[in-house]
Amino acid sequence: MNVDSSSEYLLEARNIVKVFGELRANDDVTLSLKPGEIHALLGENGAGKSTLVKIIYGSLQATSGQLFWKGQPVTVANPAAARELGIGMVFQHFSLFDALTVTENIALALPADVDIGALAGRIEKVSNDYGLPLRPDALVADLSVGERQRIEIVRCLLQEPRLLIMDEPTAVLTPQEADQLFVTLERLASEGCGVLYISHRLEEVKRICHDATILRHGKLVARVDPQQETAASLANLMVGAEVAAVKADRGGVPGSPLLELVDLSLPTNDPFGVALKNINLTIRAGEIVAVAGVAGNGQSEFFDAVSGEQPSANNETVKMSGEACGRENITRRRRRHAAFVPEERIGHGAVPDFPLSENVVLTHHAVGEGVVRKGLINRAAARDVNSAVTELFDVRKGTPDPEARSLSGGNLQKFVVGREMTREPKILVVNQPTWGVDAGAAALIRQALIDLARSGSAVLVISQDLDEIFEISDRIAVISRGEMSEAYPAEELSLEQIGLLMAGAHEKAPEKAAAS
Amino acid sequence: MGALEAVILTIITASTPLLLAAIGELVTERSGVLNLGVEGMMIMGAVCGFATAYTSGSAMLGVAAGLLAGVVMSMLFAFLTQTLMTSQVATGLSLTLLGLGLSGLIGEAFTGLPGVKLTVLDIPFLSDIPFIGPILFGHDILVYASLAIPLGVAYVLFRTRLGLIITAVGGNHHSAHALGYNVIRVRYGCIAFGGACSGLAGAYLSLAYTPQWIENMSSGRGWIALALVVFSTWLPKRLMIGAYLFGTVWIMGLYVQALGVAIPAQLLSSLPYLVTIVALIIISGNKTLTKVNTPACIGQPFAPER
Amino acid sequence: MMIVLEKRSEQSKAMTFLSPVLAIGLTVVIGGFIFTGLGLDPFKALYIYFIEPMTSIWSVEELIVKAAPLILIGAGLAVCYTANVWNIGAEGQLTIGALFGAAIPVYFTAWQSPLVLVLMLVLGAVGGALFGAIPALLKNRFGANEILTSLMLVYVAQLLLDWLVRGPWRDPQGFNFPQSVPFEGWQLLPLLGEGRVHIGAILAVVAVIILWIMMGRSLRGFEIRVIGRSPRAGAFAGFGQKRVVWFCFMLSGALAGLAGICEVAGPSGQLQPTISPGYGFTAIIVAFLGRLNPIGVLFAGILLAISYLGGEAAQVELGISDKTAQVFQGMLLFFILACDTLIHYRIKFAPGAGAAKEA
Repeated sequence: MNVDSSSEYLLEARNIVKVFGELRANDDVTLSLKPGEIHALLGENGAGKSTLVKIIYGSLQATSGQLFWKGQPVTVANPAAARELGIGMVFQHFSLFDALTVTENIALALPADVDIGALAGRIEKVSNDYGLPLRPDALVADLSVGERQRIEIVRCLLQEPRLLIMDEPTAVLTPQEADQLFVTLERLASEGCGVLYISHRLEEVKRICHDATILRHGKLVARVDPQQETAASLANLMVGAEVAAVKADRGGVPGSPLLELVDLSLPTNDPFGVALKNINLTIRAGEIVAVAGVAGNGQSEFFDAVSGEQPSANNETVKMSGEACGRENITRRRRRHAAFVPEERIGHGAVPDFPLSENVVLTHHAVGEGVVRKGLINRAAARDVNSAVTELFDVRKGTPDPEARSLSGGNLQKFVVGREMTREPKILVVNQPTWGVDAGAAALIRQALIDLARSGSAVLVISQDLDEIFEISDRIAVISRGEMSEAYPAEELSLEQIGLLMAGAHEKAPEKAAAS
Repeated sequence: MGALEAVILTIITASTPLLLAAIGELVTERSGVLNLGVEGMMIMGAVCGFATAYTSGSAMLGVAAGLLAGVVMSMLFAFLTQTLMTSQVATGLSLTLLGLGLSGLIGEAFTGLPGVKLTVLDIPFLSDIPFIGPILFGHDILVYASLAIPLGVAYVLFRTRLGLIITAVGGNHHSAHALGYNVIRVRYGCIAFGGACSGLAGAYLSLAYTPQWIENMSSGRGWIALALVVFSTWLPKRLMIGAYLFGTVWIMGLYVQALGVAIPAQLLSSLPYLVTIVALIIISGNKTLTKVNTPACIGQPFAPER
Repeated sequence: MMIVLEKRSEQSKAMTFLSPVLAIGLTVVIGGFIFTGLGLDPFKALYIYFIEPMTSIWSVEELIVKAAPLILIGAGLAVCYTANVWNIGAEGQLTIGALFGAAIPVYFTAWQSPLVLVLMLVLGAVGGALFGAIPALLKNRFGANEILTSLMLVYVAQLLLDWLVRGPWRDPQGFNFPQSVPFEGWQLLPLLGEGRVHIGAILAVVAVIILWIMMGRSLRGFEIRVIGRSPRAGAFAGFGQKRVVWFCFMLSGALAGLAGICEVAGPSGQLQPTISPGYGFTAIIVAFLGRLNPIGVLFAGILLAISYLGGEAAQVELGISDKTAQVFQGMLLFFILACDTLIHYRIKFAPGAGAAKEA
């Protein structure tokens, strides 16, 4: 391929290599994208997608390889240089500042000579133009996740980008919000802007993308036309093998109620937190109930209330196996054969600097399995549990008892789920069971959840991944701003209905206004 | 000089070092860094300021030396916490311990020597107005600086892009990094500013407050300045009010004693510390007030993610 | 050139031990330069400072007398800092402990019984624990920063001591000197051997052993370590952060109080306006140098005691200020913190321009 100034490509990244210590995060990756094209970048967690886009956006520098912009070789020294070229990026973990207003947040990403006084007006104009309404003087801390993403997008649009990079943009949106986003992206593409679209949601990739580059273990594995592929064939390219389908034989008759939440409310003393309001939910033996919802609608508060990390003031609000335990702490609830897996593996579910055997003690110390005797820790017993978890859940690690942080996301997640599974709990509460783990680990964990339920336990799954929810759950409830919908049988709910519930009664009106 | 005039003047002198040290630390903390070494930087500013002024005979050179000493100390802290990513709490403590020790060693030769007092900036006519003259226009340069700096800081923080960047770095360093800001460099700058202000506060102690060198003469003022920053909820104007409240408490003991009230001198001397504790209780109990302005990243080391 | 830190996938065990050695080495080297700058022979000065204190029976005994309080306090602080509970007011807890214990000989001057000694030690620990409980209460109840409150209380405690020895507790037969009655008989700690070493040294060793077992083996120690590393994970494990704050402050306060009463019932033999040459602050360095590990604290306490003695020796023999000891101690803490970076990171030097910038 010759370098010539009239190249048809907007951006080319040729033979990119990025080495971190011993890890080759990108190994000879090439990607090219035309103006007006929505180009998907696909791959599993850890495949090197983020590294590649950070190199394109100037946050990282490639070890070797070359970027071309409109046919000319360029060096993108930092994000400011990328913005100078006309590259905008919407981050997966938004790069926003809670304590600042929308205008201030946007000003920080614009060149220093931009007139901040006139900025508010421009924000209002552009955001309304593209159907992304924003109040310029609102404090970011007060905004929903969807609104926050709008700030990120408007921030890019104000710079009239030629290329927009979007990292997993729909992971935090309701289906309706996602549809609105696709309209915006298609409009941008029709105006000649290129879009580099990172996602693992293959259906939406098929729907909006014109071209796709697929990475696996840092290497380029394929460049395909997503319209010509099926979701399954794309998944096989990403994973490199057939993805094991999860076997969910539905139709068993649920048994007696094991976990009941009765008018569970929990005020928040965190100004940025979400209060829980009158939640009612019953989970019976043998069933999996999922709680869907957009991030930041009270999921973590709900988890804390059910687990007992935040006990309730009223003992009757939580019942386990028919007995009231709302005021009990997490240790006492564990003794009622309940087990919990929080969303954050590192720093909540596990202490990163502790070896796995000590992380076993974290949840096993109070449940009478010999890990702790007379106030002293029995290290051998803890190591035995660790080996059992390792074997049962195929936890891959370099040494028998490494520090938790040295494990990959998928392996650590298998460990924190497996650690609870070895207790054979009657009640299991899991927040985001497969968040950010590879397909193999996700399938294994989902299967384990289903198997546990089928063996007669009650399983409560809190998840933001609708595919996962439909794959494993018997009934689905939706949480929105701390309020919980009724739990509907999974087969009776459509994606659209869930989306409406996720948006919640409060947000319905503005959503409609935005769509029109 | 009337009694009221004397009281007001002593309140100003007692408040000035607190205000100087606290406004520097406020900026440091706004950028997300907790520097517990204020006491150490301050005492080094005091001893270096005194030594330079005594040797050269120029109080202004002393002020410059105090400032420089504060900056040098703060750069030690910055190198450890920002470049080597050490614990900010532990490093700040060690800065204080080192400063107290080093100042004692340097100052030994200067103990008991007559100092050079920073002269009052005499403003023709204005300084001569009775009562108002001495109170408003009868001060040395550091008193004026202690009032000008917080106003300048308030302007920069809330009206300029630099202030926005400092707040952004302290609020979410990962986001700031993602947008292309150099978190470490911004923090180095803010730490240096904090060091400079602490150094000035120290120089004020040994060149104006009591123009001589006494070991440990900062006597906890650096720590009180740290408490003041919390008390101000990181707002410069509230910090000015707070510093004057604390300054008033600091000298109240002297006046109560002078009035011949039968209270042990030690109890009066412990008032500033007790009041600091009470102030911390009051402000910390108010979660909404503190949480909104607390720099979210305070005390956390920053390492860029991959 | 610029320094680039590369995170290790696991903590380096070797560096955990090597880091303090490296820090001591750096302190000695810089110390040599300082001595040279003062116009002294650096080797002779360093010998007087660090070696001579260990060459005679007398000075070894003195070493133990000084090391005992440092170890007692440092071991308690090590537990605190492991839990991320920042008690820096041990000096105040030491003072109040001394006052509580000294109340017996002050008010019951003539009382002589083994019980007196036991009571004094118990009261010392209780006093320190109660004084340590104040910042714990303020943190748990109001969220007040414990670093600032515990430090403020040091000044309050010292002023209280000052008031007592100059006022109500002053020895009526003491020619108006600011000191209490001299303690006698069972009001003094029994000595070990002929010299000045008292049973405080045994208490220190016992405390180290108990805390070592507690931190390494017991669930309580596990709780403290988890809360310190990751409070969120601690809550998930069912451990209460507030309970840990109470425990750490009262434990370290009790040990500091014990050290305080051992000082006044040992080397001093009475209350004076100053009862400690800053042991409560030096113990902060002891805790870090000892890797926040009770056994490590034992060695670190001895090392810091050497620096105190070396400072005194240097003053006598070289005519330099005993303040150099404090400077050495401060430097040592600085270097140990810097060297600890090596436990978590590898240091690489990258050319300044062009290459892998994380800027």
